[in-house]
Order: sequence, then C-alpha cells, then structure tokens
Amino acid sequence: MKDISFLAKWAKKFWKKVPDQVVRLSIPILILIIGFIVMRNLLVPSDFGKYGHFRAAAIDELVSQEIQYSEHEMCFECHDDVVKAKNMSYHRGVECEVCHGPAAAHIEDPEGNQLPAPRERGYCPLCHEYLPSRPTGFPQIVSESHNPFRACVSCHDAHDPKPPTVPKECEACHAEIARTKALSHHVYISCIRCHKTPKEHNIRPRAHRPEKPSTREFCGECHDEKAPSAKGVPRVNMETHGERYVCWQCHYPHLPEAH
Amino acid sequence: MKEANIERRDFLKRLIVSVLSFSSPGLLKAQEKSKESTSLYEKGYDPEEHLWGMGIRINRCIGCGRCADACKRENDVPRLPFFFRTWVERYIILEGDEVVVDSPTGGVDGFKTHVQEKKLVRSFFVPKLCNQCDKPPCVQVCPVGATYKTEDGVTLVDSEYCIGCRYCIQACPYGARFIHPRTHTAEKCTFCYHRIVKGLIPACVKVCPTQARVFGDTKGRASPLVRFMRMNKIRVLKPYLNTEPKVFYAGLDMEVK
Repeated sequence: MKDISFLAKWAKKFWKKVPDQVVRLSIPILILIIGFIVMRNLLVPSDFGKYGHFRAAAIDELVSQEIQYSEHEMCFECHDDVVKAKNMSYHRGVECEVCHGPAAAHIEDPEGNQLPAPRERGYCPLCHEYLPSRPTGFPQIVSESHNPFRACVSCHDAHDPKPPTVPKECEACHAEIARTKALSHHVYISCIRCHKTPKEHNIRPRAHRPEKPSTREFCGECHDEKAPSAKGVPRVNMETHGERYVCWQCHYPHLPEAH
Repeated sequence: MKEANIERRDFLKRLIVSVLSFSSPGLLKAQEKSKESTSLYEKGYDPEEHLWGMGIRINRCIGCGRCADACKRENDVPRLPFFFRTWVERYIILEGDEVVVDSPTGGVDGFKTHVQEKKLVRSFFVPKLCNQCDKPPCVQVCPVGATYKTEDGVTLVDSEYCIGCRYCIQACPYGARFIHPRTHTAEKCTFCYHRIVKGLIPACVKVCPTQARVFGDTKGRASPLVRFMRMNKIRVLKPYLNTEPKVFYAGLDMEVK
C-alpha cells in the first residue's frame, strides 16, 4: 500500500513537471498512433499472413479456376476399345487430349460438347515433319514429298500408327541418317553393307535390331592401304593410324569428314 | 457572404466527420470481403508436405508445342503470340559458334524448317516456363506484396493486389512474366496450382507426347521427379544468379541462356 501511494505521488509530481508543449504534442501523436492501428485493422484483410506473407483468400481464388484437361482414366469409361488399342501402340505415351483437346466439358456433357478430331493433313506434321532439331530416331517425314495432298488418316490409324505397308527402304524410318548419308562420300554404300539387318526388323523393329560393325578391320576392308577398293577411296595405314581407337570414335561413318 | 465566415475550428471538425462518413462504408466492405474466404488448405491439402518441381528432358523434346497450346487452353492465356506461361525455344548452333534462337508463336503452331546458309552443327528444342525459384527476385521487387511464394514452393500472383507496375517483369531473369491484356495485372506459370492441389499434374506435363516434361514432389518421397533427378545429370538455368530454380533440365546445352 505504501509503495502504491508513493508511486502515485511520484507520478503526480512528474506530471506537473512535464512542460505544457509536450502534453499538447502528445495528444495528436496519440491520435495518430490509434488511427494507424484502427486503419491497419480495417484495411489489412483478416486472413493475411495465415500461410505466409499473402492473403489466404488469394490461394482460393486461384484454386477455384476451372479444370479443362481431365484425367486420362475418364476416356476409358466410354471409349475403352480405342484407349486399349492406343495403349498397345506406338502412341501409348500420347494422351487422348493431346489431339482431341481438353475434355472436361465433354465428360460433363458428352452429347453437347463433342470433341474435335484433327483429320486434316496439317496436324500430324506438328510432331512428325522432319526437322533437324528433333531428336534422332523420332519418326519423321517430309510432307512435301510424302504422298502430297492426302490426309494422313487415309493410310495411318492415329490410334495404332504403323506404316501401312512394310517399308522397303531404311529411309522411311531413319530419315535423318539417310539425309546425312546422302550428302556424304558414303552416299553409294547401302545401309545393309555395314548393318546386317534381319528381315523381321521391318515388321518388329525393336525386337529385331540390326547389327553394327564392331572392329576396325571392318573399315579397313576398304580403307586399308592394301585393300582391293577403288582408286579414289582415302587410305590409311591401319597399323599406325590411331591404333588405340575404333574408327567411329573419330569419324562419323554416315558423314565421314576426311577428303 | 455568410459561408465565408465559417470558423477554422468548425471547418476542420466538419471536414473530419464528412471524410470519415464517406469512407467508412468502403472500409467496412473490404473487411467483410476478407472474412468470406474459406481455405482450401483446410480441406486435406497440406502445403508443408510438398515441394513441387519440374524436370525437362531436352533430348526428348520434339518441339511440337502441344505444351504451350495446352497451357493457353487450360489457363485462358490470350492466343496472341506474345502472351505465354510456357513456350518452346529452338536453338540452332551454326558453324563458327553462331547461335540462332527462335520461337515463332511460342511453338503453338509448330516449327518450320529454318533456312540458313551456314552449316548446322547441332540443334534442339528447349521448353521454358517460370522456374519457380526458391529465391524469387520477382517477389523481392513487388512494391505491394502481390506476388508471393507458397510453402509448397510455387510463386503465385494475387491479382487483386497487383497494380500492374511491371517491376516483376523486369526482375524476372527468365522472362516468364507478362501483363494480361484484360486484367492489366502480372501473370505467369502457376505450375497449374488449381490442378496440383487436387492431385492432378500440370496441363503441359499431361499433354507432352514424348514425356519430355516430368512433374512431381522434390521432397523425399518416391515420385517421377525424384527418379528423374536421380537418373539424370541435371542443370538449371542461370545458376550464377542464385535464384535456385525448381525447373531442372537434363541434357541442357551450354548455349542455352
């Protein structure tokens, strides 16, 4: 009790000592501080900072966006025969909606929202037109010379894409290599001269792969100094020329750079 | 004139009262609006359990541009050829270290053969998108705090807060942002946030016909992305900027900037 009365006395004394201008100034400062707190409470949304330095409602606004591309399994519910065939084919990695477009609206109302099927000639070349930038081995065509003006679907089934007939030429699939070789000194050497290819490779290319040369002596059959080949063929001494390596570690056989 | 004789004290009193009475309905309304929100995070999705990322295999990309097309359809991005959340670039490296980069219509309409006189050394496609940096410069520069990083590692834009000042577009080292012509606010790839919180994969990953894009969680669990990061030598774009991107490239060429 004594302490409190002492404190009160001290406060009274202190307050009397405070100059008048300080008291007057403290009033607008107090109003400013209270005003700031009130305005902050009013202006900053209550959910701000719930999950981080942002409005929690902003997340919900984003998440409420409509989904256009649906789940792949949904196609199977009605089109099981097509999906099954596609999943066995080379196009098994290509989802239905890649070609047919977003299907969420179609699943909601299958009759009212029919999906388009691109049947015109311009669509397939988006992936399959020959471009040097595309990875090696990806099946490509040059549409200018590949049955001009005919729709792709008149020969190929997009759900089970296979060449309509067994290709006679290697070029049908290995276009990039064929084009490179056509510009090289090896242009007149046929593919099977170096790659022993089983007949089944034309029908089931991945199950029956062609062979590749495995020894330096194979190249030496033409390029050795003593080889019985034509006069213009460049020759090296197989004993001394890069003996530690096989030929294709330095030379690319489809485009040999030596002149 | 009688009105001119109004006292200063009276004038100030009336001014304060009128300003308060005019502005209070707006303030109260703003307060109510924020109270309406019901959070998705409370419906079973825990952002702390995830840290999303994307992997891109350069040597699988065929440059068909289906990802850029699907992104535009999924996210209602204008079809004009200068608004992209994701796009595909073609790099052509010619003899004499000359590098040509092009991206006609972002790859949406595919690529035509590039005619050049010099001999081609190598060429490939690079899909690009917001790198969802762990230290995003765009978040740092936003003067109103409209762009933010969520706990699951995705950088998003609050279009209600965004004032369209374009600072973030300048700050982004990957050119991933643009101003939406209708809303006049900044926009960018959200990793299809509305899809991933519901367990779906982003639209661009979904439509990629060669599985060049891989999406998943980088946080410990078994996911396609964790496998991708284990089985490939990976690189990010502009590592020297310390932005720590979460888009990882396998087989990225040194010429890619």
